[in-house]
Amino acid sequence: MVKEKKYVKGLCISLCLLFLYAPLFIMAFFSFNSAKSLSHFKGFSMRWYESLFGNIQLLDAVFVSVSIALLATLISTVLGTITAIALTKSKRKIRTAILQVNNLPIMNPEIVTAISLMIFFSFISIEKGYMTMLLAHIAFCTPYVITNVYPKVKQLDDNLTDAAMDLGATPFQTLVKVILPQIKSGIMAGALLAFTMSFDDFVISYFVSGNGVENISIVIYNMSKRMNPSIYALSTIVLVVILFVLLLGTFVPYLIVKKRGGKVNEALR
Amino acid sequence: MKQYKKLVSPYCFWLFALTIIPMMLIAFYAFTSKGTEITTFQFTLDNFFKFMDPIFLSVLMRSLVLGVLTTAICFLIGYPIAYMIAKCKENTQTILILLITIPTWINLLMRTYAWMSILSNNGIINNLLQSIGLGRVHMMYTDFAVVIGMVYNFLPFMILPIHTSLTNMDKSLTEASMDLGASRIQTFFKVTFRLSLSGVLTGITMVFLPAISAFVIPKMLGGGQYSLIGNFIEQQFITVGNWHFGSAVSLVLAVIVIVLMALIYRVEKRTNVSNEDEEGGNKRYGKRKKIRKGSMH
Amino acid sequence: MKKLIELNNLTKEFNGQVVLKGIHLDIHENEFMTLLGPSGCGKTTTLRIVGGFEEASNGEVLFDGIDISSLPPYKREVNTVFQKYALFPHMNVFDNVAFGLKIKKLDKAIIEQKVLRMLNLVGLEGFEKRNISQLSGGQQQRVAIARALVNEPKVLLLDEPLGALDLKLRKAMQIELKNIQKEVGITFVYVTHDQEEALTMSDTIVVMNDGSIQQIGTPTDIYNEPENRFVAQFIGESNIVEGTFVKDFLVEFDGQQFVCVDKGFDEGQDVDIVLRPEDLDIVEVGQGKIEGTISSIIFKGVHYEIMVETDERMYKVHTTDMSEVGKKVNLDFWPEDIHVMEKMGTY
Repeated sequence: MVKEKKYVKGLCISLCLLFLYAPLFIMAFFSFNSAKSLSHFKGFSMRWYESLFGNIQLLDAVFVSVSIALLATLISTVLGTITAIALTKSKRKIRTAILQVNNLPIMNPEIVTAISLMIFFSFISIEKGYMTMLLAHIAFCTPYVITNVYPKVKQLDDNLTDAAMDLGATPFQTLVKVILPQIKSGIMAGALLAFTMSFDDFVISYFVSGNGVENISIVIYNMSKRMNPSIYALSTIVLVVILFVLLLGTFVPYLIVKKRGGKVNEALR
Repeated sequence: MKQYKKLVSPYCFWLFALTIIPMMLIAFYAFTSKGTEITTFQFTLDNFFKFMDPIFLSVLMRSLVLGVLTTAICFLIGYPIAYMIAKCKENTQTILILLITIPTWINLLMRTYAWMSILSNNGIINNLLQSIGLGRVHMMYTDFAVVIGMVYNFLPFMILPIHTSLTNMDKSLTEASMDLGASRIQTFFKVTFRLSLSGVLTGITMVFLPAISAFVIPKMLGGGQYSLIGNFIEQQFITVGNWHFGSAVSLVLAVIVIVLMALIYRVEKRTNVSNEDEEGGNKRYGKRKKIRKGSMH
Repeated sequence: MKKLIELNNLTKEFNGQVVLKGIHLDIHENEFMTLLGPSGCGKTTTLRIVGGFEEASNGEVLFDGIDISSLPPYKREVNTVFQKYALFPHMNVFDNVAFGLKIKKLDKAIIEQKVLRMLNLVGLEGFEKRNISQLSGGQQQRVAIARALVNEPKVLLLDEPLGALDLKLRKAMQIELKNIQKEVGITFVYVTHDQEEALTMSDTIVVMNDGSIQQIGTPTDIYNEPENRFVAQFIGESNIVEGTFVKDFLVEFDGQQFVCVDKGFDEGQDVDIVLRPEDLDIVEVGQGKIEGTISSIIFKGVHYEIMVETDERMYKVHTTDMSEVGKKVNLDFWPEDIHVMEKMGTY
């Protein structure tokens, strides 16, 4: 009876995982197809990977996606972290107001944020392109950094900064030596989130870029009318990179801690 | 630590320029009609009267129906799965939750693109159906394809918060319930489900809201003519070029979404003695994306 | 002793609420000074103003005769031991203690030498590599003290440092703290609400209430000669009786006149009179000064607490002699047991 139940449970979870992963594996599988078909596997080949690296439009898009993601992550992480720290010190009214407005881009449907920025850029007549895309990405990433970092700063014992200054550290030294190390996990989480959000973004980039500046999402979107296994090849590469980073991020701390014999949970938190 | 107080100002300025002004511009466009220069725009409510147009109303209805359908399917699959995962051993749970989370890290367009070839007339499903002697079924560019795509993309966002609320629950509560004579099924409905409601509500928010404003998934799996409210807005801005009407629709969409969130938040507060803090609301709204990192930290 | 810190007319307001009402205080070299008072009396605020964490609304802080009121904490020659220690959780014991020295960019070898010596002083040799979370409350306490002392401040500020420890450990640490202070020979300013702690450790006690100083004096002074009803009630247990100052060396209360050792009040002035429970004796009827009946006896371990009902009031007596409830007795005391205080409203 109990065994049967376990069996059902395992089956249900497996089916769910199959549903989530089958498309990804099918995609990876057919990226090695020698034919253009995405349903009949004719034989193994790397031709779609080769054509991917010959496709200048796609390579440009990869460059745009990666460089925008890196810049947006860097800027929004710095801006968000500084703001989060400052917020805990500011007056309650200011804090509440900023946190409320900060929520707008998070709560708003993406398409509304996208067109609001599009109207804004045309209103102040900045030409749509790389710059507008970068500004927009910083605008929607920073709120997430703040929501990740702010609670960490709030948890900090006020006395710690007092203690650091009492021991002779200037406000800047206190920031670097005491505050930042302790909110590190929040900053890392915020930065990671900002990076993936920026890297994956389609809707906002689609509305605020122009003049031939395209990120990966836009290229995939424009190609979605025709079947193109190069997209599969690109997706497979992205999938592998993400899996690699995720596994690294999840298991390396685990291994390090295990070696040291400390508490696993603490490092994973 | 007051020394850091002044550092708020750059972001204040930033928020004002890139969040408040853009939103005000949407409102401005929504309440005006076209002039030759922006200074000659006329105040009007016409854009909102256009909502009575049957074409627009059908778009709105369709968005709502598909949103509700997607949310219902995600809930019906997601709750049992979350419940079953919560009953696993702790290590198994960590791995399973990581597995549920990973797909959300992959570009939504890539994930949706994969479904295009699976569902297409010459796709894997149709080839399979044909090889076992059943005929081909037309699936691409239908409501079915759009709902599948949305369920596929949003399902993890239903499972993860429900799982969290189930595992955060004090085990002794179900034990107490059974001790007091409630059967397993009674315990589930009277205690477990009640206490997981906050997770359910978060899940519903995180599925329903992106579903009604979805734009890419219907476009890719529903085809060019397919129109949900998100596509309708795009058309107004890109193809039709009527920014005023497009803004009015966006404004209404934003208001609907924000009001719904506020409502759900209030319901959640009432149903659950949750330990959310001062800025608890914000925390929850941030979860949609935050949850991706759930398994990592 | 040389004056080290001088507080002149310090006032502090938080959102329109006055928490300090003009504090004047001199802190001397090598002094163990305790700011004592109930929570909310302003003692911690005073300490934080000296440390530089709060700015006074008015008044000045002189250090060696120089005004340091607007100096940030990192430029002051004082260090603080915080209430909940405020140890940096991302550093081990050694790095916590070395923090201030590293900020000063001292030579590595010197830092190591100083830190180890300090850890030795507080009894934590061999704990350098430990994580903060692996330490007990008492050990964290010692790290916090070492971290502050290693910078060789002229004044060490301690904000209820023993508050989080259990009673037994607290008693042991009290003695240890006093010894450390003697050994390093610097001024300690210690904040506590525990009167026993204050009496045990201090050279000087400053009793505070409601934002102002009630009395400054040695533990013996404070205990034996409380200046007002508040101090008398806050320090130890006491019977406080309203009376009249007849003339020098003579007071009247409970309808009788008693010889006392106090002088200098106005004749006929209304005063409060303190009679400590341990100063009162229970004697046979006719042999004492006030008549009464024993109404209850509670055994307190070392002594009995006996309540004696007289015509006017209830007196609390601490004695080691057993008696019996309902017995008619007399209360007796010496002239020097009568402490006459200025009447200062009711607390």
